[in-house]
Amino acid sequence: MATNSMGNIQKIKKKLKVLIVDDDPLNLKIHEKIIKAIGGISQTARNGEEAVIIHRDGGSSFDLILMDKEMPERDGVSTTKKLREMKVKSMIVGVTSLADNEEERRAFMEAGLNHCLAKPLTKDKIIPLINQLMDA
Amino acid sequence: MNTVVAQLQRQFQDYLVSLYQQGFLDNQFTELRKLQDEGTPDFVAEVVSLFFDDCSKLINSMSRSLERPENVDFKQVDSGVHQLKGSSSSVGARRVKNVCISFKECCDVQNREGCLRCLQQVDYEYKMLKTKLQDLFNLEQQIVQAGGAIPQVNIN
Repeated sequence: MATNSMGNIQKIKKKLKVLIVDDDPLNLKIHEKIIKAIGGISQTARNGEEAVIIHRDGGSSFDLILMDKEMPERDGVSTTKKLREMKVKSMIVGVTSLADNEEERRAFMEAGLNHCLAKPLTKDKIIPLINQLMDA
Repeated sequence: MNTVVAQLQRQFQDYLVSLYQQGFLDNQFTELRKLQDEGTPDFVAEVVSLFFDDCSKLINSMSRSLERPENVDFKQVDSGVHQLKGSSSSVGARRVKNVCISFKECCDVQNREGCLRCLQQVDYEYKMLKTKLQDLFNLEQQIVQAGGAIPQVNIN
């Protein structure tokens, strides 16, 4: 692993596979770039239903799933519940808006998330989670 | 040639700093710039272009929802404001985001007049930012064409 003087991972050697689930093309573009910048490879799903289909059809497995909360077709809460029912073991990180209240965040966590992050996402927010994944 | 590049780089630096100081941009824009690299030299321009497209669509949609005083769909307006706040936050468009905060408050109390004022203001702010960023990207182009590199600017 490449680390800086603080011992933090700036770029990872193992190609982390990440699924980014978000209906907003702007967020998809930014999140894809962040994942690439930290040395991962990403696939995208435009809504929760697509994310479920990706897992059902291809039997794909991802190290990390970044899950937006508000999406058409199937939202983040429902998608997370469904993926856990399908025995998906990936780390699922919910991406919430600052407008979401504590109750909404709790419901999202209880759906089966490992972590929750508030938008906007940055490399600094994601890297500690990647560290955790690599240590596991 | 070096003097020209140095002058352009200084101009770029001063202009970018002024955009932060005047509240047009916040730290999230800095994060976007950090993601840009040689392989994706237009990343920031592409992201802000998507943002401005979003602004245009959402403002038109909210305008339609607010058009008739007797039939305002505040839920629709609120949804638009929420999306706009999210995307402005993602690109670091600080003034746009701040207007959205006031806009949301007007939606919450179903204040149509307040919403219309905020809509006008958000339209003004995004168009102002669009002009400012276009000037910034033009400066970047001039630097590259003069054979220089885009400076990393430290915003404190």
